[in-house]
Amino acid sequence: MSDPADTAQARTAVQTAELQAVEERQTGFWLYLLSDAVIFSLLFATFGVMAGRTAGGPSAAGLFDLTHVFAETMLLLASSFTFGLASLAADDGRTTPAIAWLVITFVLGLGFVAMELTEFSGMIAEGAGPQRSGFLSAFFTLVGTHGLHVTAGLVWIAVMTGQIAWKGLTGPVLSRLQRLGLFWHFLDIVWIGVFTFVYLAGSL
Amino acid sequence: MTFLGRLGFDALPFYSPVALTGALVEVGGLVAVVLVVTWLGKWSYLWREWLTSLDHKRIGVMYIVLALVMLMRGFVDAFMMRTQQAVAFGSSGYLPPEHFNQIFSAHGTIMIFFMAMPFLTGLFNIVVPLQIGARDVSFPFMNAVSLWLTAAGAALVMTSLVLGTFSTAGWTAYPPFSEVAYNPGTGVDYWIWSVFIAGFGSTMTGINFVVTILKRRAPGMTLMRMSLFVWTTLVTSILMVFAFPALTVSTALLALDRYLGMHFFTNGGGGNMMNYLNLFWIWGHPEVYILILPAFGVFSEVVATFSGKPLFGYRSLVYATAVIGILSFTVWLHHFFTMGASPNVNAAFGIATMVIAVPTGVKIFDWLLTMYRGQIRLTSPMYWTLGFIVTFVIGGATGVLLAIPPVDFLMHNSVFLVAHFHNMLVPGALFGYLAGYMYWFPKVFGFRLDETWGKCAFWAWILGFYLAFMPLYVLGFMGMPRRMEHYDVAAWQPLLIVAEAGAVLIFAGIAFLVIQLVVSIRNRETLRDCTGDPWDGRTLEWATASPPPHWNFDDIPEVHDLDELAWRKRHAYKPKTPSRRSPIVMPDNTPAGLLIGAFSFLFGFALVWFIWWLAVLSFAGIFATLTYRSFRDGTEHLVQPDGLPGESR
Amino acid sequence: MNLHPQGRLQTRSTLWFLALASIVLLGGCSATDLPIIHPGSAVALSQRNLVIVVFGLMLIVLIPVWLMAAWFPWKYRAGGNETGYRPDWSQSLLIDAIVWAVPAILVMVIAAMVWIYTHRLDPYRPATGTGPPLEVQVVALDWKWLFIYPDQKVATVNELVVPAGRPVQLHITADTVMNSLFVPGLTGQIYAMAGMETRLNFDAEKPRDYRGRNTQYSGGQFPDQHFAVHVETQPQFARWAAAAAKSGSVLNQSAYDALSSRKSASGVKEFALADDNLFAGIIAKYCSDGGCRQASAASAR
Repeated sequence: MSDPADTAQARTAVQTAELQAVEERQTGFWLYLLSDAVIFSLLFATFGVMAGRTAGGPSAAGLFDLTHVFAETMLLLASSFTFGLASLAADDGRTTPAIAWLVITFVLGLGFVAMELTEFSGMIAEGAGPQRSGFLSAFFTLVGTHGLHVTAGLVWIAVMTGQIAWKGLTGPVLSRLQRLGLFWHFLDIVWIGVFTFVYLAGSL
Repeated sequence: MTFLGRLGFDALPFYSPVALTGALVEVGGLVAVVLVVTWLGKWSYLWREWLTSLDHKRIGVMYIVLALVMLMRGFVDAFMMRTQQAVAFGSSGYLPPEHFNQIFSAHGTIMIFFMAMPFLTGLFNIVVPLQIGARDVSFPFMNAVSLWLTAAGAALVMTSLVLGTFSTAGWTAYPPFSEVAYNPGTGVDYWIWSVFIAGFGSTMTGINFVVTILKRRAPGMTLMRMSLFVWTTLVTSILMVFAFPALTVSTALLALDRYLGMHFFTNGGGGNMMNYLNLFWIWGHPEVYILILPAFGVFSEVVATFSGKPLFGYRSLVYATAVIGILSFTVWLHHFFTMGASPNVNAAFGIATMVIAVPTGVKIFDWLLTMYRGQIRLTSPMYWTLGFIVTFVIGGATGVLLAIPPVDFLMHNSVFLVAHFHNMLVPGALFGYLAGYMYWFPKVFGFRLDETWGKCAFWAWILGFYLAFMPLYVLGFMGMPRRMEHYDVAAWQPLLIVAEAGAVLIFAGIAFLVIQLVVSIRNRETLRDCTGDPWDGRTLEWATASPPPHWNFDDIPEVHDLDELAWRKRHAYKPKTPSRRSPIVMPDNTPAGLLIGAFSFLFGFALVWFIWWLAVLSFAGIFATLTYRSFRDGTEHLVQPDGLPGESR
Repeated sequence: MNLHPQGRLQTRSTLWFLALASIVLLGGCSATDLPIIHPGSAVALSQRNLVIVVFGLMLIVLIPVWLMAAWFPWKYRAGGNETGYRPDWSQSLLIDAIVWAVPAILVMVIAAMVWIYTHRLDPYRPATGTGPPLEVQVVALDWKWLFIYPDQKVATVNELVVPAGRPVQLHITADTVMNSLFVPGLTGQIYAMAGMETRLNFDAEKPRDYRGRNTQYSGGQFPDQHFAVHVETQPQFARWAAAAAKSGSVLNQSAYDALSSRKSASGVKEFALADDNLFAGIIAKYCSDGGCRQASAASAR
């Protein structure tokens, strides 16, 4: 296929396909998020069912250190903001700032996970581990599932940082970054729910 | 814990000669397949054209092959149960309880997750892109991952036949029976991971087909010009996206109880087993419609084509499908009316349940009215459809009975219930899949299936069905519970022997299906269809060659009507051939899907047997495969539709 | 029909016939074989009648469907009556309205019945009859049933004896996995769950024997987990209870522990009850420190 007209046509075909793919992936990812939202709502519902089932172990009142959790929340919210800055930089085609903001987002997210793990290990050391009661099983599972999502998000941020450094801000990379953004902000929203219904409501 | 976790020589099935035979048959079958492929020298063909393929039609065929293989396994289980119950009056029969209990658990799990789900997903794959005038699904790679995850789940169940035992907790694995305290072995773990892994595949299938249908329809195909099969696929896929997370949660929480000693559903420790029933059936009831709606789609296509008329009340059927989809999320509690909820709750869920009978009844009447004043050709797909209509309404009537809480108090957990849901799922789902198999087979392979053997299979199946399940309705009135390994009520035995005769007939039906396939392949030249339209079809899939090219259509068709092909025939419409075609972008083959499936299988296997290092390694394998693929660009190639394969990008 | 060995052959041939001739002939079978069709309590009778009435109503849809499914394919077969062919006929507002309305009206009628009868036949609602309900506490075990009569101070395994004409109230729990208690002909079924209490109310009309069982598969010897139900006259019942109280075996906590830890089916046993708090203790075992207080309250409504 050396005919230049053929080559031009081929390029158009590839570009059209790429555009369509970006749009489809966006829709598909929204569907995935909805599906994941169902998982979280069922875990929230399960937590609601199990909240009173302490089996003689500790109940929510007095179990949580709200200052600690508030700091965690701030870290995650800040990471959402810095991710936004990374997206803006990427959309403008500024590679270095995009990578820099992603790295900062990663560090903030890592801080969140580290604080969560500290909280968990403290609770387990006090004898309030997930095996203690139905209530604690539900607590660790709900909060831990969110934590696992954040961890997956961190891995994804690392991979995307690598892809930007490796390939630059190409079409597919930008589209993946956009979906990563959806994912990261989604986790924020879920965390607001966790903070409100698990920690605040439990401590009142 | 040793290097291989709890896996040792005692995992081999020496506990029962029957189980040992089963294991030997399975291993022998596997070895035979490997030998035959090697002898034919087909490994590279198999690898190139099938195992690594991202072509939706090939993936569809592999799904259906999986479904048919698992249908045989599931049927063998059914046959063993029927035989046991036919002989086990006042004696222990030929199966010990620990084996019988595995068999009914495996039968349900296999038939739902590894026969019905792959069968309907296979039909989606083969038909939907063709019917909407698309070149492929939206996410061909994810499609392959879905397939191989389903296969990995099936492989785990099959492995339990050889290594260890399968669950004895029924296909629903109700706790606390399925908890470690009562079921410490590998069985429930096999169930959890096979279902969990396959469930992920189904969620992805759902996402894939929603996006495909929303984004890939040919120009001119508005939502109200989509064929009914596409509509049922759309609604089913939406149900998959929203219902399967509930299965993921219920199995994951059960796994947390079993592996980490948590207290979600345990007796004591603050556990609440009632929560499992809710979570499981929030998935489980929509699942019933996931199984049955695609079959409704097939019947709609078949009845319109072979009546030579457009579907009667198309809009009604579309709305009915959507209403069924929505209502399916509002009835889950009817699976446990007997748990002691208040009469207000029970009555509300009972009424919601029977409201579903309204759109379903509408559908039945619409199919019948499609035949009214038609020109009906009684082909084998039409046989399955008529058999379905006549039989399914009986299941519908018994379903309305069971939806009445005070009646359910009599029939819950009885063989009446077993008869009811088989009455829904055998004629309602399986007959539809088989109708679809016979209807679309010539599209995929370019030759028809033998009609005579197809009709023989139909008669054996339907008579077998009546003989096998009508006695169970009667036995329900006699108070016989389900899952009985033996019994001491003499009056039950004659009816159970009748049911066994039904199972023999169904066995003949399966044999006829196999014979039909063999005979048709042998006579493929006389059964060949060169037109691409062997049935005088009405929809777009018949507007391309049989088998269609990898890219389905040389030119994306423009759509003018609901029954586009019928419209074209009527108006003698010939689409213009463009003087110059632009090249088509098609995805490259990749082994990544197969690899992810293989790693998932190892992951599940490692978790079942507590082989932690293997679990870590195989999970890392999944991650590495995905990451490696995400770093590769240009996983497509160009095709020149005039037949010249293009160069790779 | 009878179930004595010499009658079994006759029983079988009758049942063969029954199987082939289907449900119409159910009336011709004996009460022992078809307890649900020949109930012995007002509750079970209403339940059975509901089955018959609703199935009759369903025939309003079933019969036209069967007729059309038989008639249309023959009448409009290709090569048959070609003049009737109308290749475009696919819509009719009137017919659309009918096919939606008929099932809708039918379902509305049945829905009204569901609402009324679900409340009327609520298993928690005390049954009618003379005198205060006889209270029996029931514990599902692996794989047997324990019945405790707190007022009569007796307990039995795999044997439920109740007086005719007096309402009976069962308080049900499990000390193992979930079970479901069912006595066909006398009452519907309800789950037995550890740490929780469910209830069944019924009235037995006249002296007769039934067989109850666990219908919820629970592994092991589940098929053998059935119990005898004897409905006696009131004086007979009183005599039986007095005799059982003097039977020599005593049910206290340690006897209960021995009974419940032996995972096997069992024959009939009778005890004098020595521990009034046994039943409450079995429920509380899974609710230590108020852990599942909520749940037992919810299940007892």
